[in-house]
Amino acid sequence: MNPGLVMYEEEFRKISGICDRLTRDASAKVVFLVDKNGQLIAAAGQSQDLDTTSLASLTAGNVAAMGGLAKLIGESEFPSQFHEGAHESIHMSIVGGKVVLVVIFDSKTSLGLVRLRVRKASDELARIFEQLARRQAAPGTPNPLAEITDDDIDNLFSA
Amino acid sequence: MSFINYSSREINCKIVYYGPGLCGKTTNLQYVYARTSPEAKGKMISLATETERTLFFDFLPLSLGEIRGFKTRFHLYTVPGQVFYDASRKLILKGVDGVVFVADSQIERMEANLESVENLRINLSEQGYDLNRIPYVVQYNKRDLPNVATVDELHRLLNPRKVPEFQAVAPTGVGVFDTLKQVAKLVLTELKRGG
Ligand SMILES: Nc1nc2c(ncn2[C@@H]2O[C@H](COP(=O)(O)OP(=O)(O)O)[C@@H](O)[C@H]2O)c(=O)[nH]1
Ligand SMILES: [Mg+2]
Repeated sequence: MNPGLVMYEEEFRKISGICDRLTRDASAKVVFLVDKNGQLIAAAGQSQDLDTTSLASLTAGNVAAMGGLAKLIGESEFPSQFHEGAHESIHMSIVGGKVVLVVIFDSKTSLGLVRLRVRKASDELARIFEQLARRQAAPGTPNPLAEITDDDIDNLFSA
Repeated sequence: MSFINYSSREINCKIVYYGPGLCGKTTNLQYVYARTSPEAKGKMISLATETERTLFFDFLPLSLGEIRGFKTRFHLYTVPGQVFYDASRKLILKGVDGVVFVADSQIERMEANLESVENLRINLSEQGYDLNRIPYVVQYNKRDLPNVATVDELHRLLNPRKVPEFQAVAPTGVGVFDTLKQVAKLVLTELKRGG
């Protein structure tokens, strides 16, 4: 089976830093990063008012559906997409083939600026995810859950 | 595909409920949602048609408590059952950590059950998974109806791998949490083994 994504303190700090900066540089409301399976990786900006878990799952569903459509017409995927609402707009782009960078913004900024800032942040993020993948694949990397016992798992369900 | 976050100390896993149309997948999630305390669940999302048939998926995020300081979170998904939604089913299986196959126990749905298991096997293998190895449980739902096959027969036809199996009546919750707990346990055990 494919190994899951493992996030470490150091990379998480870097990723959060990039998302924070993107929020400021693009004058966005919220920036979040989701893995293609729908798990939220990081969020920045005014995310406390948002249901980020739902957002993450629907983002992944949407990107997966658009990826399916792309293949049907002979594209490998759509690297980015943009949806404009009456007040809020949403920009999604695929980073390093594995994660989705989502920016939510309003009329305080422009699509042009968002695109520009996203491009820079994407390059930086892609490098960090490569670093993470190498770290996970390195021989001798301990299985983070190896010390969990069967009892620990049972206890989770004893209640 | 699980996501282990050392920074927020969370383990996130994805479980997919699979099965033919109308077998009770959405009802399983609705029951879990109704019986879980507000702190342990997020919003349930149903992308459904106007007649409440699942169009793309249902989604329910759940927290099951902590293991050694790690919060365990499970994302439950259902697939749309109708044959023509196959493209969507493939997408939902991406990154799956465990599968619940919900069978409709009614005799006239046996062929639909068999087709759906076969479809699951094919769609999993397209993603590089093996139905014979993935954390997997089977639920025989709709046991309350009069025209049901025997459990022996269902077992013989639908569970050759002899994985844990449960009888269920999803609307009243019979078997619903037993099924969920078992698949969650298998997923965590697989993660521990380094799956
Ligand atoms: N009698 C009975 N009806 C059920 C049972 N489980 C589900 N149903 C009903 O079957 C119909 C389809 O269920 P649903 O969960 O939408 O099926 P799905 O297509 O697999 O998501 C609904 O009307 C449910 O109320 C069950 O165990 N017994
Ligand atoms: Mg459904």
